Amino acid sequence: MSDSKERLRRTMMFVPGNNPAMIKDAGIFGADSIMFDLEDAVSMAEKDAARYLIYEAITTIDYGDAELVVRINGLDTPYYQNDIKAMVKAGIDVIRLPKAETAEMIHELETLVAAAEVEFGREVGSTNLMAAIESAKGVVNANEIAAASPRMIGIALSAEDYTTDMKTHRYPDGQELLYARNVILHAARAAGIAAFDTVFTNMDDEAGFYRETELIHQLGFDGKSLVNPRQVAMVNKVYQPTEKEIRNAQQVIMAIEQARIKGSGVISLNGQMVDRPVVLRAERVMRLAKANNLVDAEGEYIGK
Amino acid sequence: MENKVNRNIPDEILAKYAYQPFTSTDIEGMPVERVLPTFEATTGSNKLVDSLTDLVNKTVRDGMTISFHHHFREGDFVFNKVMRIIIDNGYQDLTLAPSSLTNVMNDIVVEAIEKGVVTNITSSGMRGTLGDAISHGALANPVIFRSHGNRARAIETGAIKIDVAFLGVPNADEMGNANGMDGDSAFGSLGYALMDAQYAQTVVLITDTLKPYPNTPASIKQTQVDYVVQVDAVGDPEKIGSGATRFTKDPKELKIAEMVNKVITHSPYFKDGFSFQTGTGGAALAVTRFLRQAMLDNQIKASFALGGITKPTVDLLEEGLISRLMDVQDFDKGAAESMHKNRNQQEIDASWYADAANKGAMVDKLDVVILSALEIDTKFNVNVMSGSDGVIRGAIGGHQDAATAKLTIISAPLVRGRIATIVPDVTTVVTPGESIDVIVTEVGIAINPLREDLLAVLSDVPGVPVFTIEELQQMAEKKVGTPKPLEFTDRVVALIEYRDGTIMDVIHEVKD
Repeated sequence: MSDSKERLRRTMMFVPGNNPAMIKDAGIFGADSIMFDLEDAVSMAEKDAARYLIYEAITTIDYGDAELVVRINGLDTPYYQNDIKAMVKAGIDVIRLPKAETAEMIHELETLVAAAEVEFGREVGSTNLMAAIESAKGVVNANEIAAASPRMIGIALSAEDYTTDMKTHRYPDGQELLYARNVILHAARAAGIAAFDTVFTNMDDEAGFYRETELIHQLGFDGKSLVNPRQVAMVNKVYQPTEKEIRNAQQVIMAIEQARIKGSGVISLNGQMVDRPVVLRAERVMRLAKANNLVDAEGEYIGK
Repeated sequence: MENKVNRNIPDEILAKYAYQPFTSTDIEGMPVERVLPTFEATTGSNKLVDSLTDLVNKTVRDGMTISFHHHFREGDFVFNKVMRIIIDNGYQDLTLAPSSLTNVMNDIVVEAIEKGVVTNITSSGMRGTLGDAISHGALANPVIFRSHGNRARAIETGAIKIDVAFLGVPNADEMGNANGMDGDSAFGSLGYALMDAQYAQTVVLITDTLKPYPNTPASIKQTQVDYVVQVDAVGDPEKIGSGATRFTKDPKELKIAEMVNKVITHSPYFKDGFSFQTGTGGAALAVTRFLRQAMLDNQIKASFALGGITKPTVDLLEEGLISRLMDVQDFDKGAAESMHKNRNQQEIDASWYADAANKGAMVDKLDVVILSALEIDTKFNVNVMSGSDGVIRGAIGGHQDAATAKLTIISAPLVRGRIATIVPDVTTVVTPGESIDVIVTEVGIAINPLREDLLAVLSDVPGVPVFTIEELQQMAEKKVGTPKPLEFTDRVVALIEYRDGTIMDVIHEVKD
């Protein structure tokens, strides 16, 4: 379940809601989050079938530790309400709203989700939300969208629609997304939620994918939306901490432990005070190290 | 009676064919007696015959055993040409003993069965309409399925006594010197056909390209050949091999391949001088790519790669990562063409490759093999012969033979569509679980409990979850449910031999 705000969300893998073979296998690639798509991947004629299919998949298939997300159809469509009801009933972890532009849209979604939780006997508040920002208006309102509900766990940039709205298109160097990426990242961080970068669709341009992933890693994004399972390992590689980072994090964690044993409120390492950001960073490094199989169960570095 | 893999072999089958039930994969010390053909010496200077029809009529008699090879695969013209003449001339009661049967041969075999022309078949496998016909009882006598190594054994020991071998070759001279690597329809190694050339009573070469005498290099030699006949074309070059081999982009196949690679590289066999065999298929080719990188990273080179050869394996030879290719057949054009320029790509016959009744076959020296499966059961038994509907649709190939390697890996998805691959009991046992060491699926691996050494070294490999075979089976069942049991009649339509000639399993007629 996705109750932890600190869980790793490096990879959010898109799975078309009308493709049984991909839905069946979605759990085997090690994606942190699996995002079933009821929106753009599904034609109008298949909307109901896809909703049934995803409902059955969520309630039948064991996806392990992955966070399960569904991208529902937008609130201007006739599928919106049924999508919400079916997914809440299925017990989805996160509902992703496409084309989010205002806080009101999140409020409306939240009201319907809460009603569905009551209707289907789910704990009220147990369904998390996230929003995709796909327009200039969405970027301008990113702060209020990110902070619109305690259910919000993240916001994502969706660059295809956004660049169209901006009267441009995507370029290899990503300059056209610089502002949106930074705004979304700041809005997410200010609200204490996750920030997801957009998809990279050219599977033949491996160098370009690494270039973009390294950029968003450097900026501070939690991770990236992905269109192909093969990209999971590539993102994880970029997010993998170095041996030096891991060893340093281990020392910080040991220092915390020692301070705890001594009952000391002040944590010090090599004579220097360890403050809260350092602790948080160390904890994140260890989570990443563990996820990349770089440390054993005791947290000892084992390398590759 | 029940044999060692708990398969019930009807007593009348045991009696009629004088079969011993399968007991063990260990064949050390098996007594062997070879049976060579008798013939009259010839000193004629030209073996060319004008008409294939005349030649068939001269050599074939009712009740004989005739053989073919399948090196032309789906591009074969020879099989249909010869069988057409045989059917049209009203022959009866023949035994068909090809190295295998490809789809392009199906229709004419079904016709030959219906007309009583063919009454017995032994083959590595069959698929499509022919497999369907056999599974529905078209042939009175059961088909005998043998591995490539076992066919070599059966030919050498007289269990298959070939009266006339009709061998298509892409080139030959008028005395019968021929190879598989020159000409429009070149396919590379003649590995399986070399058995027929050596042991058949009468050997007929059929070619579309006559070369000046003496034609070298010669794989089939004039000392073995009775007749040479020229036809318009022996094969369709486009359909003989898959064209340029492309690496899979299927993420599930890649995931399996990556895990297979980790199993190999974490095993004790991954060291300088190791040997391996891979099949075709997307995952197998991807393993070759991952293995290449691991060999470069660890500065490890292989002494040989064995069996069916593909272009990616040839690339490793040319890169210096493999010393020798021991080549019994070539799956693509790149591998076939490279026989010319790479003297370390050695053509081997089926006996040298995989024959158990030997003073040592190459499979005995094999470290690692990656094989596929239609089904695997919780006893690690593998089925590569009958489909989920019980119908024959596969081939043993070299499966039983190569599975004797020190590390035998089966790579297969947990489920295919709505069908479980890992099952409580396979429909047909082809390769016994005793031979199988590791099963690799997309969710993780299972190690044969007999291999405690492998359990120890593979238990903590990052990204390689280890399950018991029962856990994998239950995972598969949870995904696709429990199928209704297949229904068969009591009638036996095919026999599965083990590589030593004992009987492993029988296939029954399907009940529709």
